[in-house]
Amino acid sequence: MENLIEIDNLSFSRSGRLIYDDISLRIQKGKTTAIMGPSGIGKTTMLRLMGGQLTPDSGDIRFKGESIPQMRRKRLFEVRRQMSMLFQSGAMFTDMTVYDNIAFPLREHTSLSEDLIKTVVQLKLQAVGLRGAAHLMPAELSGGMARRAALARAIALDPELIMYDEPFAGQDPISMGVLVKLIKALNDALKLTSVVVTHDVTEVLTIADYIYILAEKKVIGSGTPEEIKNSDSPLVQQFLQGLADGPVPFHYPAGDIKQALLGSNS
Amino acid sequence: MNSRKAEILVGGFVVLAFAAGLMLALKVVNQNMAGQAETYTLNAKFDNIGGLKVRSAVKVGGVTVGRVDSITLSPKDFTPVVSMSISKEYDKFPETSSVSILTSGLLGEQYVGFQPGFEIEGIENLSDGDFIEDTKSALVLEDLIGQFLFSKGQ
Amino acid sequence: MNWLAGIGAVTIGKLSSFGRATLMLFGAIIAKPQFIKNVPLTIKQIYAVGVQSLLIIVVSGLFIGMVMALQGYTILVGYGAEGSLGPMVALSLLRELGPVVTALLFAGRAGSALTAEIGLMKATEQLSSLEMMAVDPLRRIIAPRFWAGMISMPMLALIFSAVGILGGHVVGVDWLGVDSGSYWSIMQSTVDWDKDVVNGIIKSAVFAFVIVWIATYKGYDSIPTSEGISKATTETVVYSSLAVLGLDFVLTALMFGIE
Ligand SMILES: Nc1ncnc2c1ncn2[C@@H]1O[C@H](COP(=O)(O)OP(=O)(O)O)[C@@H](O)[C@H]1O
Ligand SMILES: [Mg+2]
Repeated sequence: MENLIEIDNLSFSRSGRLIYDDISLRIQKGKTTAIMGPSGIGKTTMLRLMGGQLTPDSGDIRFKGESIPQMRRKRLFEVRRQMSMLFQSGAMFTDMTVYDNIAFPLREHTSLSEDLIKTVVQLKLQAVGLRGAAHLMPAELSGGMARRAALARAIALDPELIMYDEPFAGQDPISMGVLVKLIKALNDALKLTSVVVTHDVTEVLTIADYIYILAEKKVIGSGTPEEIKNSDSPLVQQFLQGLADGPVPFHYPAGDIKQALLGSNS
Repeated sequence: MNSRKAEILVGGFVVLAFAAGLMLALKVVNQNMAGQAETYTLNAKFDNIGGLKVRSAVKVGGVTVGRVDSITLSPKDFTPVVSMSISKEYDKFPETSSVSILTSGLLGEQYVGFQPGFEIEGIENLSDGDFIEDTKSALVLEDLIGQFLFSKGQ
Repeated sequence: MNWLAGIGAVTIGKLSSFGRATLMLFGAIIAKPQFIKNVPLTIKQIYAVGVQSLLIIVVSGLFIGMVMALQGYTILVGYGAEGSLGPMVALSLLRELGPVVTALLFAGRAGSALTAEIGLMKATEQLSSLEMMAVDPLRRIIAPRFWAGMISMPMLALIFSAVGILGGHVVGVDWLGVDSGSYWSIMQSTVDWDKDVVNGIIKSAVFAFVIVWIATYKGYDSIPTSEGISKATTETVVYSSLAVLGLDFVLTALMFGIE
């Protein structure tokens, strides 16, 4: 199986705090790969590393065999036209309409006529079910609609890779269902490669072809949804079942509570 | 805000700024000398120009008729030469005219006081580039005090 | 020894911040400008920073001109020199108050808005999103705002001075009875285009450069939280105002101090 992205022995720290300690991942071409882990573990950071917005301390990230951290800025910008990212907040440009938001990458990177751009934008909006909302400003959209509009913008230039940052977080069950369906449909219809970062276990198990679970700066489990479900690793099981305490402790490291409450002199 | 309306308002803004610049140029700025009005040059040698500066006024009986153009030192006898541009309106000053360096008020700016001479037969008018012979230098306070003390001491 | 290390750390921090600000400016305006694409964006920003500051500039200019005429009159009339009201109002406006007050108002009105806007774009991932779309946010977001500020500020200062001189006329001539002819003619015999008007424009262009640079950098470098943006906005106003007043002294000394 061909890999679109290969991450080898990656280490990364932020403000002196280690976030990734020597981890390796593979993103297969044409597949949906899920990266799961508790909040704050560095999932967004991982996507930014893949997009070349952050540079690793050590290790390598290769896109189609080419090292992203070593690319010059010009080359990086060329490569980024083949990928797109759906940000957690949607990141719609608040000073333009939904229509102009989706037309934006087309106007920047192609020399299509306004007529053609209109056609493309309407097709993309139709795909996410928002053709009727083209004239609205992003502030007038609900959270789920904003994310779908952002998705339309992300696929405007027909990228090869889409990175979804927590697409399901904060969505009502219906929007969640719509998004799951959309991601699946895009993947099947356009033969896209998808990376989905999330901590929503049930949704991921239905759409992912391959899953990585991150915790404690490492990959603690990986495999197909079946393999993950049947994993006998206690860490993985704790995450899947949402147990409060387990190998990942409930408490942030701290001293003994008795000591803290009664004072150190007792 | 649609972009058409913004464009129109920006256009209006530029026009307004232009109008402000025009108003300053036409109504506020000194323009009778600079370029537009025609002038001719007169020169005068002084022993001492005191605090006279370039652009100081040249006045006849309190009416400004020109400005000091440049102040240089004559290379021959090391005395200051003041050249003044005078408005063409006033081009009938006789050669017997005199200039002196005066002060407006006790501590005010110094200016060139121009005293037109009498018109007598056979005396020509001053023309462009002429030197005015009859000059009176600026009064320098320190010299005056020095003279006063000296005369007292005698 | 602790405070010594503290001073060192602060100095290094300021230096690296200055370096980042310079790099940002380079990336935005010096490296390969794209004029044609940027013109509509710049016009939109001139609307935001220029047109929207117009009202406060006109109102302040009018009042400052009126106050100066009132104050100047009471002083000058004591020396029988109320005829010099015109040049007094015009020179103070053109040389000092026009550029400086416009700059201070601009920093508060437009500079803070720029910082907040760019900071919020950062916080809502719009800047990252541009990066990921292979669009350089420095050229797309910073450059048009920079040019818009550089173009708008001198125009605002000109309007401020012109309105102030008219305000001085209203109070001095129409109200206090200074002769209108002498208001204008003595002004005209004193004010010089190059020395007074052009120098004022140069001053406001320098102020614009500093304010827009500080405002865009503070937004671009802000910590993308509500607290971080509010801090950045405050810093923009404080730093720009101080910079304007300090630079004003230097520029005045250079332009008018040495005959
Ligand atoms: N700009 C930043 N500077 C310093 N630390 C950061 C920054 N952004 C994120 N972090 C830290 O990096 C860690 C990972 O963040 P993130 O990738 O957003 O986590 P996730 O997306 O998994 O919730 C967090 O602990 C966060 O505190
Ligand atoms: Mg995140």
